[in-house]
Amino acid sequence: MATITHHEPDTTVDIKGDRGIWSWITTVDHKRIGILYGWSALFFFLIGGIEALVIRAQLAGPNGTVISAEAYNQLFTMHGTTMVFLAIMPIASAFTNYFLPLMIGARDVAFPRLNAFSYWVFFVGGIFLYSSFFLGGSPDGGWFGYAPLSIQVNEAVRMDYWAMGLLVLGTASIASSANFIATILTMRAPGMTLMRMPVFVWMMLVVSFLLIFSLPTVTVGLFQVIFDRNFGTLFYAAAAGGDPLLWQHLFWLFGHPEVYVLILPAMGIVSEVLPVFSRKPLFGYAFVVFSGIAIGFMGFGVWSHHMFTAGLGPVAEAGFAISTMLIAVPTGIKIFNWIGTTWGGSIRFATPMLFALGFISMFVIGGLSGVTHSIAPADWQQTDTYYVVAHFHYVLFGGAVLGFFSGVYYWFPKITGKMLDERLGKIHFWSMLVGFNLTFAPMHILGLNGMPRRTYRFDEDLGYDFWNLVATIGAFLIAAAMLVFLWNLIKTRRSGEPAGADPWDARTVEWMTSSPPPVHNFDEIPQVEARDELWHRKYTEDENGYLVARDDPDLPAIMTRTADDDDEDHGDIHMPSPSYYPALAAVGMGIFAYGIVYQPWGFIAAVAGALVTAWGIFGWSMEPVTREEH
Amino acid sequence: MRHQRVAATERRPRKLRYLPIALLTLLFTACNQEDLPQNTLEPAGPLARDIDGLWNLVFWIAVVIFVLVQAALIISIVRHRRRPDGTERPIKQVHGNTRLEVIWTIIPAVILGAIAVPTVATLFDLRERPANIDVEVNVIGHQWWWEFEYPEYGFVTANELHIPAGETVYLTMTSADVIHSFWVPKLNGKRDVVPGRVSNLALIADEPTDPDTPLLGQCAEFCGLAHADMRVKVFVHTPEDFEAWARAQAQPAVIPTEGLAAEGFETFGQICAACHVIDGTEYQVNLAPNLTHFASRTSFGGASFDNTEEHLRQWLRNPASLKPMDPDRNDIPAGRILGMPNFGLDEGQIDGLIALLEGLE
Repeated sequence: MATITHHEPDTTVDIKGDRGIWSWITTVDHKRIGILYGWSALFFFLIGGIEALVIRAQLAGPNGTVISAEAYNQLFTMHGTTMVFLAIMPIASAFTNYFLPLMIGARDVAFPRLNAFSYWVFFVGGIFLYSSFFLGGSPDGGWFGYAPLSIQVNEAVRMDYWAMGLLVLGTASIASSANFIATILTMRAPGMTLMRMPVFVWMMLVVSFLLIFSLPTVTVGLFQVIFDRNFGTLFYAAAAGGDPLLWQHLFWLFGHPEVYVLILPAMGIVSEVLPVFSRKPLFGYAFVVFSGIAIGFMGFGVWSHHMFTAGLGPVAEAGFAISTMLIAVPTGIKIFNWIGTTWGGSIRFATPMLFALGFISMFVIGGLSGVTHSIAPADWQQTDTYYVVAHFHYVLFGGAVLGFFSGVYYWFPKITGKMLDERLGKIHFWSMLVGFNLTFAPMHILGLNGMPRRTYRFDEDLGYDFWNLVATIGAFLIAAAMLVFLWNLIKTRRSGEPAGADPWDARTVEWMTSSPPPVHNFDEIPQVEARDELWHRKYTEDENGYLVARDDPDLPAIMTRTADDDDEDHGDIHMPSPSYYPALAAVGMGIFAYGIVYQPWGFIAAVAGALVTAWGIFGWSMEPVTREEH
Repeated sequence: MRHQRVAATERRPRKLRYLPIALLTLLFTACNQEDLPQNTLEPAGPLARDIDGLWNLVFWIAVVIFVLVQAALIISIVRHRRRPDGTERPIKQVHGNTRLEVIWTIIPAVILGAIAVPTVATLFDLRERPANIDVEVNVIGHQWWWEFEYPEYGFVTANELHIPAGETVYLTMTSADVIHSFWVPKLNGKRDVVPGRVSNLALIADEPTDPDTPLLGQCAEFCGLAHADMRVKVFVHTPEDFEAWARAQAQPAVIPTEGLAAEGFETFGQICAACHVIDGTEYQVNLAPNLTHFASRTSFGGASFDNTEEHLRQWLRNPASLKPMDPDRNDIPAGRILGMPNFGLDEGQIDGLIALLEGLE
């Protein structure tokens, strides 16, 4: 093919000196892709947050008139879809992309171009979903898209956008999961056995397997929805013998493991942060790792607790009630082990630590309310009420989001070479913690008092005014906390203090290189001899097990080097050259998705999009791996 | 409310200088609303009370665990915080403690096992078909209203369920369109109403309700545009009153023959009869709420709007101005009804229809 033989690796531009948009589009450097994921996730997190603020404004008092029912249904659908697929999953991808290779002492992920492809598919999927706002209204059937509501009004394209958007995003997740698994299993530095891996890496291994095994079920369901809506099939048409409950099984068999996809990365981050700021190793590393794996397995056996009122029969309901109770056991182990990690340490309340401790405290609440869902008869009252909204926000905001902010403050110096401002960080933490609890704690009460979810208004005779007002005030306090965070980013960019290679006196391999790391990550791949390799090069234990600093810490030279004097020639280290083919393949998927939405004429676009994707994939598989030698 | 009871038992003697405590008290007073009409914590029947009992047990266990874990966390981080002068105390590098970890694996498992027993027992109890059923009601969920058929009495009504106190009412439910969920929190948990499937729910109420304060409920599964306005009222009567009510409902409508109401009946035949039924007439297309005894209902539009002349007038002028609906997408031959269209009725037609509807006792 002409395009491929024509492709000459561009040797005029040095990778590390690359600037400009084109260098970002063609980058295959896991760190730059991680940064792209991070900014995209923050962008969508802010959009999803603004949607939440509008929702809360509408619900500030009875019979709110800020927005219409139609707009409300779009907003809560997009808020959920955005936060799950466009904010929390990609922020986990951001950390994994950036730090997974650094933490295991690798130079990149196993498949750098596939990695770029994952990002661009995610990006295209996000743009695709949000373009629906301008093309006839965004999806309005809930992030869970229950059939037959999702197929009912097939002349409107809203739920087509939702179904195709999720398929596109799912493709990105499958690709990156395969990539992460291959990277973790094959590219660890010499000496880094599985049981020496950082817990964050372990959790991302579990998450990647969860995605690979759970996404196919929802993919099948989404295909059925698209075919029902566009091509006349009757999978979910009850009148023709279709069964709406099939969708619920397919969705939740994905959707419940997905919950662990969202929370396990944050658990991994917290497991990294707590030991550093307690100056003690993680308490019971093996228990923490294996409880994470157990959560992964058991996460596939609890999906029908989302369906306790669907009419599965008492035997199935009892079975899923008990399996749901059981999954609380490994979750509890983690919490106790984290508290055990802090016990007897020397705790620094730096911002990453505050967020990590906030995570534990809030996640305990979300975990306990989760156990109350497993009490199936009680769940008949609580499901689809604000009690559930309270519960999963304690898990996903109090848990995942606080965990990720812990990661942001912890790793930001490594990514940028500058420290985020500690004072602003603390203001951010406390205002977010207070705002979060003001917003979501009252929702427990509202739900128990019988307020259903997904309702665009409530009558004053129901007695929900007060707590809704409190929740709305809390939501705007969270928004204020986010402004503090954004200001912190701007301020640090202007005048952040230089970080150095190891500002937190940390433990793991990603700190054994300069901040930010060079393109090739390490001048020399570290030889790993212990779990917490860096810590063991700095410290040892006396005969009673107490911490003693080594007199002659064995630290690589790169740690004392700044980015400015990294002008040595690393010509012997081959890094993959940039490629625009992954982005091209992703754009093709976007065209394909629009084509499917607009049937029948869109079929032409769908074919064109598929060809572009095929061209992109073919192109990248045929182009030379590294730039030519000189 | 349970949350306030926690506060009440822990409340210390109130002193003005304890501002935080005063503020908290204010907060708890503000939320201490009794008689919330949809409160799951104030059951009005034995089935809901069984659930509430189970919830109470689990709630207090959860509170104890919550307090212990948060206390452990706070004690640990306060006790082991770094000294303010920056010097470091000796830190023992504990890597774990298998015995401790096994213990805190087993203890939660045992607690959960203890909770599982009453959970499963209650679950099977409540899911069992009641031995004796006093009143049967067939329920059909529609976007966005409830249809109730009393087969033993042979009539159909909408959005307002009437039941006898102390007797077992058994609902047999399905949906005409998408998934709904029938839920009257004070009587029982919710149950999904699924197209193509039949689900059942038993309701038992302790005692008759005041006619002005029926028990309230709401559709609990998101069912589209006006999900929030798909509500239900439950009037609980003495068995005798219920019998009288049911017999009255089973009567055909009295058709007006003169005056405004007769004009309204004519308009009804031309427009409304495409979807609405009035028993005792030729108008029997049952796609929208049965209006035979409309005037006997206290509300309309998914039990969301009081049945007043003012509301009716607004509704007839433009239904979607009261309740969000999507009638442009109605497909009557296919039976897909997404709301009542705006028929552009003139004020004369509206006066007639109001007179008709207000006469359908």
